[in-house]
Amino acid sequence: MPPTESRIRVKRVDSVTQVEFLDRNILDEANIQVIGQEIEQLIQSEPNPRLLISFSGVEHLSSAALGTLIQVNNHVRNRNGQLRLANIDPQIYEVFVITRLNKLFSIHGTADEALKSFTK
Amino acid sequence: MAQHAPQPQFSPDAHPDRGTIRVVNEQPDIDAAHNRVIGAVERHNYPKASIFALKLSLHEALMNAFKHGHKELPTNVPITLHFVVDDAKVLMEIEDQGPGFNPDDVPDPTLEENIERGSGRGLLLIKAYMSKVEYNKRGNKLTMVYQRPKA
Repeated sequence: MPPTESRIRVKRVDSVTQVEFLDRNILDEANIQVIGQEIEQLIQSEPNPRLLISFSGVEHLSSAALGTLIQVNNHVRNRNGQLRLANIDPQIYEVFVITRLNKLFSIHGTADEALKSFTK
Repeated sequence: MAQHAPQPQFSPDAHPDRGTIRVVNEQPDIDAAHNRVIGAVERHNYPKASIFALKLSLHEALMNAFKHGHKELPTNVPITLHFVVDDAKVLMEIEDQGPGFNPDDVPDPTLEENIERGSGRGLLLIKAYMSKVEYNKRGNKLTMVYQRPKA
């Protein structure tokens, strides 16, 4: 049976929606689908969404997860929103570098730095 | 009456550092195969960065075999994973039962025009992390070799 329970933790900091993952490994395709759907709901719930995705505690990330992040980025952009990524483990950051997705995403060292980078 | 011991998942004479496993596209099967290979890698004390590279490459190779190789096949058709782990290197071979493909036809996902496309990123990561990556002529069998980095 596919997992249906939430795979993310969401909190609101000022006008920014901050997302963290409950899983250390974001590999399982069914989980990635759930994560994508949950984040999609957050994007659609407001105009000009300001979304911060923190990878704190995440140890593994698959190419399918990267594909979902690209979709999230597109959907945030379509709604004139802003997306920031933060707290990415150095080994996972290397995955972003190899795939050159470090150029596509706005990546910050810490959640605080990412929060400060949102434009009003 | 004594209870029967649980059946071992693999035959008792199977060598822990090498083997040939049939894997279907079901999470418990995938996890078991993963644990067997990565367990052997961990026993040989490969560094953390190597384990990261091998976990990711094995995952991406299995997903490619199921999602692309077995696209037209029922989910109960297995792929074959052959692995050998020693102190110097890790060999992983994944053979699917699909028609095969030409890896040169996969668009480069790092080019600006392809960066937002969904495909090709798994193979790109495998090529970046593994020491040697080869497809057979038909394109349904991937051989990956990882050399232990020099200390």
